[in-house]
Amino acid sequence: MNNENNSRDTHPSIISPPKPPIGVLKWLTDNLFSSWINTILTILFAGISVFVLIGSIEWIFLKADWHVIAVNLKLLVVGQYPVAELWRIWICLTLISLLMGLSCGIWKGAMGHLTIAVAVLYLIVISLPFVMLETRYWLLGNIAAMVLGYLIGKNRFKLMKFVLIGWFLMFPVIIFLLSGFGVFHHVGTNLWGGFLLTLLIAIVAIVCSFPIGVLLALGRRSKLPIVRWFSICYIEVIRGVPLITILFVAQLMLPLFLGNTIEIDNVIRAMVGFTLFTAAYLAENIRGGLQSIPRGQFEAAEALGLSATFKMTFIILPQALRAVIPAMVGSFIGIFKDTSLVAIVGLTDILGMGKNIISNPEFLGTQMEVFVFVALVFLIFCNMMSYASRRLESALGVGKR
Amino acid sequence: MNKHSSSTTTPFWRDKRVIPVLLQIIFALFVLLAGFFFASNALSSMSQIGMSFGYDFLGKMASFDIGDKFIDFSSTDTYAKAFLVGILNTLRVAFIGIILATILGFVVGVSRLSNNWLARNVATVYVEIFRNTPLLVQIFIWFYAIFLSFPVIEKSLNVFGFIYFSNRGTVIPWFDLTSSSFIWFIALLIGIIISGVASKIRMKQQVDTGKRKYPIVWAVGSILVALCVAWIVTSESPLLLSMPEIGARGFAGGYTIGPGFCALLVALVMYTAAYIAEIVRGGILAVSKGQVEAAKALGLRSPTILRLIILPQAIRIIIPPLTSQYLNLIKNSSLAAAVAYTELVGVGITILSQTGKSVEVISIVILVYLAMSLFTSLLMNIYNKYSQLVER
Repeated sequence: MNNENNSRDTHPSIISPPKPPIGVLKWLTDNLFSSWINTILTILFAGISVFVLIGSIEWIFLKADWHVIAVNLKLLVVGQYPVAELWRIWICLTLISLLMGLSCGIWKGAMGHLTIAVAVLYLIVISLPFVMLETRYWLLGNIAAMVLGYLIGKNRFKLMKFVLIGWFLMFPVIIFLLSGFGVFHHVGTNLWGGFLLTLLIAIVAIVCSFPIGVLLALGRRSKLPIVRWFSICYIEVIRGVPLITILFVAQLMLPLFLGNTIEIDNVIRAMVGFTLFTAAYLAENIRGGLQSIPRGQFEAAEALGLSATFKMTFIILPQALRAVIPAMVGSFIGIFKDTSLVAIVGLTDILGMGKNIISNPEFLGTQMEVFVFVALVFLIFCNMMSYASRRLESALGVGKR
Repeated sequence: MNKHSSSTTTPFWRDKRVIPVLLQIIFALFVLLAGFFFASNALSSMSQIGMSFGYDFLGKMASFDIGDKFIDFSSTDTYAKAFLVGILNTLRVAFIGIILATILGFVVGVSRLSNNWLARNVATVYVEIFRNTPLLVQIFIWFYAIFLSFPVIEKSLNVFGFIYFSNRGTVIPWFDLTSSSFIWFIALLIGIIISGVASKIRMKQQVDTGKRKYPIVWAVGSILVALCVAWIVTSESPLLLSMPEIGARGFAGGYTIGPGFCALLVALVMYTAAYIAEIVRGGILAVSKGQVEAAKALGLRSPTILRLIILPQAIRIIIPPLTSQYLNLIKNSSLAAAVAYTELVGVGITILSQTGKSVEVISIVILVYLAMSLFTSLLMNIYNKYSQLVER
């Protein structure tokens, strides 16, 4: 490239192409007013966007009463979780921050961007005027944990294995810390609420549904007719009905089906419902991955004399799962958004909590503020996840091999 | 050694013919046992609270009323009829929603690829915001923060002079049927059929002979003729316009749409349209660039290229994911349960709380949704086959 330029400069007979005229006016005529249809479109869209922008800015800074969010911030984020036990949630968050910092140091790239995004989010929360002092300290501690993790993990690829194990252990550790299990004061799931509950339901659903989804996907491609038909029926029925009916089944019929033998509470029931629901969608994703594996891989595995189990676990599934990671992140975003449905069956996730707040006569007329705040939280998290999935897709080189 | 192995037969648990059968029997037994466990538990706990399993409650009188309804329904009708009203309400919101979401989705999807910078970016922001927030949050915003926050009827907002927004619902001008509506309808139907046939024939003649045969003029003309015939026969207009007015007790005239329906419909349309826009964009991008360049070389203008070259090819790619979006919209309409619009799930919840027949009610709801899903995919599969590339 460089050589070419040099020869072009030195050779008088080769004339470089004319530079396109650059300027504001040129850009405008190219992009906004290239034809009369375009001009009309521009005026139309400019009208709409100016109207919407002025309206929302006026509302955000002048009309909206953000007091309701300031007062109820704790409820919206962690629900009724006892204040004295809040340190456990903070410890969970700090552990996650530390792991994020470590991963940022080791992998860089998308993980680095995500970590920076989370750190910026912490800073924004710290700078909010109505946040308690204690929260600010904890968040500063989180940022410190992130930086520490980054410094430790920077270019130390040997740590990779430990960090991965750490991420896998995170889930049981969080559940243990949150509920206490005898070591600490027990906090029942009925007190878990707010955004914490939203996250927990989504994570439990995706973690627990993963093995079921793999089994269903394998079952659907199985040669055994009974297993295949069972998988097909399960997947198609679950995918054919709305999530809300599954949630009602879980809330109303699960205790009926389990009888008096096993007692489970509302939150666990919702988690079971979400797991059963997610498994069907995940199974379809994984089936897509299985179908993308060329026949030669199966035949080669058989030629090596591997048994069916070995063939699946060591040859087929690793390739299939790798191919569907972006699709699975996509369905995780979907599940994350769908967790808001538990508000209908009476749980107090972030949306249910918002609904409770606006029914409080003290906060009459603040529906817009509360729900816009809830929407904003979802918007931020979904955007971060879809960014991560796009980066992951290009990093894994799906479809380019 | 050889002799030894040939003399002993393979044990049956290592026989390739037996293993699959055995596995399946074990699996089936396991499923049956689990089913039996659940069913026996359900029956025993039902009998504990003095209830029995059965669908005979459907014939009993439903002692509740439904706000939005298509067909006559009062609190003396049966539960079965209440279900029917619920199903019709689901179909109504799904049908209107699918049409509006498709239109909006195509507009946004095409805007995302426009060479107009502003249109492209406004469309992108729209898609990002509406795709990345939960539908239920959007429904709540539309319901609690917008449609329920409109002023009371006496002070209702008036837009364009004939649409009223109030906290009891939105009122739009509507048409009342007259005695001759049926004749008009028949005439219009015949006109449309004739116009379709005539334009096809004229188009074929134009293609065969190469001379202008005006197929569109024929199509429009035959419909106009049919309408003229209807006018002559009935000598009155087909529909009477009924304008809304604020009367002493709420609105008089017009058609009142409840706030729940408005919120649900607007949210469903905006949310699904964002997904459809992405599908449309992907479909258009998948049409190879050479097609567009060839069309430009032939001298076609860009709207014509979009209509005749790009969309027919993009449609093939668009239809399968579009089908699943339609199915999603139908399923998502069940969120109406949260905003007091009584569609299928809403009716189901009410009946469930009155009768306590949870298994029966939920099974009916699930079956209806399955039937609707299967029917929609059937329709879309037929259209898909029709629009697929005919390979020679």
